Amino acid sequence: MTAHTFRDRRRRAVNRLMLALTGVCAVLTVVPLVLIFGYLLREGASSIDLAFLTHTPKPTGETGGGMANGIVGTLEMVGLAALIGLPVAIGAGMYLAESTGSRFATAVRFTADVLNGVPSIVTGIFVYLLVVVPTGGFSALAGSIALATMLVPMVTRTTEEMVRLVPREMLEGGLALGLPRWRTMLGIVLPAARGGIITGALVGIARIAGETAPLLFTALGNQFWQLDPRHPTAALPLQIFSYAISPYDDWHRQAWAGALLLILLVLTLSLGARLVFGRPERRA
Amino acid sequence: MTAVGERDAAPAAGPPGEEAKPAAVRAAMRWHQSSRSDRAWRRLLVGFGLTIPVLLVGIAALLAHGAWPALKKFGGGFLTGSQWDPVSDAFGGWPFVFGTLASSLIAVLIAVPLSIGLALFLTELAPRWLAAPIGFATELLAAIPSVVYGLWGIFVLVPFLRDWVETPLSDRLGGHLGIFEGPAYGPGLLSGGVILAIMIVPFVSAVSREVISAVPRAQREAALALGATRWETTWQIVLPFARAGLIGAVMLGLGRAIGETMAVTMVIGNTPQVPHSLFGPAYTMASVLANEFAEASGDVHRSALMLVALLLLGITLVINACARALVWHVNRGPGGSR
Amino acid sequence: MDAQPLQRPRTPIPTAAPVPPAQQPGPAALPTAIEARDFSFWYGANQALNGISLVIPDRRVTAFIGPSGCGKSTFLRSINRMNELIPGTRHQGDVTLRGESVYRGEVDVVGLRRRIGMVFQKSNPFPKSIYDNVAYGPRVNGLARKRADLDELVETSLRSAALWDEVSDRLHTSALGLSGGQQQRLCIARALAAQPDVLLMDEPASALDPIATQKIEELIYGLKQQYTIVIVTHNMQQAARVSDFTAFFYMGSLVEMGRTDLLFTTPKEDRTEAYITGRFG
Repeated sequence: MTAHTFRDRRRRAVNRLMLALTGVCAVLTVVPLVLIFGYLLREGASSIDLAFLTHTPKPTGETGGGMANGIVGTLEMVGLAALIGLPVAIGAGMYLAESTGSRFATAVRFTADVLNGVPSIVTGIFVYLLVVVPTGGFSALAGSIALATMLVPMVTRTTEEMVRLVPREMLEGGLALGLPRWRTMLGIVLPAARGGIITGALVGIARIAGETAPLLFTALGNQFWQLDPRHPTAALPLQIFSYAISPYDDWHRQAWAGALLLILLVLTLSLGARLVFGRPERRA
Repeated sequence: MTAVGERDAAPAAGPPGEEAKPAAVRAAMRWHQSSRSDRAWRRLLVGFGLTIPVLLVGIAALLAHGAWPALKKFGGGFLTGSQWDPVSDAFGGWPFVFGTLASSLIAVLIAVPLSIGLALFLTELAPRWLAAPIGFATELLAAIPSVVYGLWGIFVLVPFLRDWVETPLSDRLGGHLGIFEGPAYGPGLLSGGVILAIMIVPFVSAVSREVISAVPRAQREAALALGATRWETTWQIVLPFARAGLIGAVMLGLGRAIGETMAVTMVIGNTPQVPHSLFGPAYTMASVLANEFAEASGDVHRSALMLVALLLLGITLVINACARALVWHVNRGPGGSR
Repeated sequence: MDAQPLQRPRTPIPTAAPVPPAQQPGPAALPTAIEARDFSFWYGANQALNGISLVIPDRRVTAFIGPSGCGKSTFLRSINRMNELIPGTRHQGDVTLRGESVYRGEVDVVGLRRRIGMVFQKSNPFPKSIYDNVAYGPRVNGLARKRADLDELVETSLRSAALWDEVSDRLHTSALGLSGGQQQRLCIARALAAQPDVLLMDEPASALDPIATQKIEELIYGLKQQYTIVIVTHNMQQAARVSDFTAFFYMGSLVEMGRTDLLFTTPKEDRTEAYITGRFG
């Protein structure tokens, strides 16, 4: 035994050191989170007031004004994107869940994952070429289509997984009653997977709500009110971006306020969904 | 389109293992297979499924079409050329390719040890009361929009790095090591890499955590029963077992870093040059698109930008496809029904 | 289990006793390897073991039998503290290995596990070569200084596990290419190479076919010259064939322990008799 004492002591020390280091990694990951939320609250909370929520931006260089049009623009575009993207995504998800063995379905599944990894700025350029050039101008609609393009692959995969979790017996039970397959899927299987699908959809919506890059050449942004989806429209992330890189202190202040508001929106959507409807299984 | 759908619909409409079903169910399934409403339903679903590959192919095709003039004009020299001058229509993409790869590499070098350490802490070590809140914190980090990271980067991270990391390093080591040379501007390659690292840690650690949890407990028990310490078990048995999946996780993280736009654009300095030092301002492919595409002056400029976008798409597609293949392989098939 | 072709008639049950039963001593009369004193164990709020006290003699084979969930595996895994890996467990009482406490605060769990080899229900070779699997224990514990020593240790261990002849020409190929029975013998070789003095086996043959099972049983019989072996099994015939002593567990308690031949022919407790005659479990 004594021959091993030194070796064993070293092994134990290495063990303790490395295990402690993994703990340090955990701490180092949490630190930026605390710092980011700390600064958001410190810099942003004091600037969110009635004017910020109800006014449009002041001309360059003037203080005051708000991001009301950006807030409404974001809600408008995200809502439109959900309207366009969710039916496609849920349909595609059901298709994938129903087609286990097919090679085409495997290819679709794989492209969905790959599409998920396409940089959002590239999606923006794609929609610029697809919508903005043919229609002759930037518009909220183009922005929504860009956001929907990002939403589809995300929600497709969660829908697939949620539908798969529904016991096969439910589908068989419906079919055995003589119901057509589409009614069984829509009336029995989909409602059974509802909670997870809604959560997945809301988490996806939360993610696109914070996106800036796909809107740069689609919605473009706007200093004024614009509710018609055929025209350039402001969005909260776009406004935060342009204010953050501007040289004016008052705009910096408003950028922080906008960021705090944006993060509240995003977290309410994604965390609220999980609390209310349960948590979809996460996957890579 | 119909051809693919039909061929595909036939085997998939009847569930596998049909013989095992009661006769009534089988009859119902057969009957409805031929019913008109179900055929329409099937076609509808296939149509929805088809939008995804169509989107991907459409993105690649439109970009390729837009990039064609620039590709014809500059050819392979576009990759190596380092002059980017819209005024004289001279476009070389090397500074952007370099900036993208360098900032992403810095991000991966910082994020990988942190992410895997965090994943190990959460799966192997932390008691549940601690693992749950830390896991939640990483999910919060993953939910923060890119532009918010950028804002925080401009006003908090960049000044911090300039005053506490770059300036001291440049003063002490700048004379000896080229990469630490030169004035510490703040916005630059290092700032871009660090903000990217912070952004990909939650993602890489989440995938790593899944891959590590998939290592059978029997493997850990075998090593522990042989007298290995916890760390030896983790390092010699668990990590090698999870290797393929971990490589996949890292590549997914790399793909994210390469495609990430807003936060990097806000802190990297946006200067089309290959910096000599870690602290020098640089430019990434995504950033030049964000900054110049909407205001591109001429057709050549716009086409050159689309060529950059096509390159960016190509790089991320290759990385993501490889990473997905690895992660799928580890999780035993793409069905996700394990 | 009932379909096993190797199954022998239920009575009289043959035993592994090398000497006539009448001359065999009871467990308490032999040198003690492991002893439990009033040992209890909980998974969260569920009590899995209830005041177990028993003595496991040195260099004999002791079998734990009993219906599923009776605590036999839990007790086995308490001997080398593998149960601790599950969060939310706690224990009371103590187990000693050669007189030293296993559970006192200052005990080095790593050193303890090195002295106790373990073979699991399902074979769990590492995804490494056959050689590296067997060499893992010696390497991690620093048992072999030179390459030649390690080679020799690997060979001896594989020979002890009766696997050498089958794998000597492909030591550096993946262990995952072996058959199920070979993998389990590899796991035994891997445990032996760490030079333990006790070998715990948790239903080592339950996942194997009858021929592979027979090989493992023969192996156990040969190994008891050098090792104290504790084997958990749900197969009473197996317990009867390989063990010198048998302990019967039921609902977390030790009902009865004694010489295998006596326990199977003249059990003292009604519950033991009911179990071995197949009335429950």
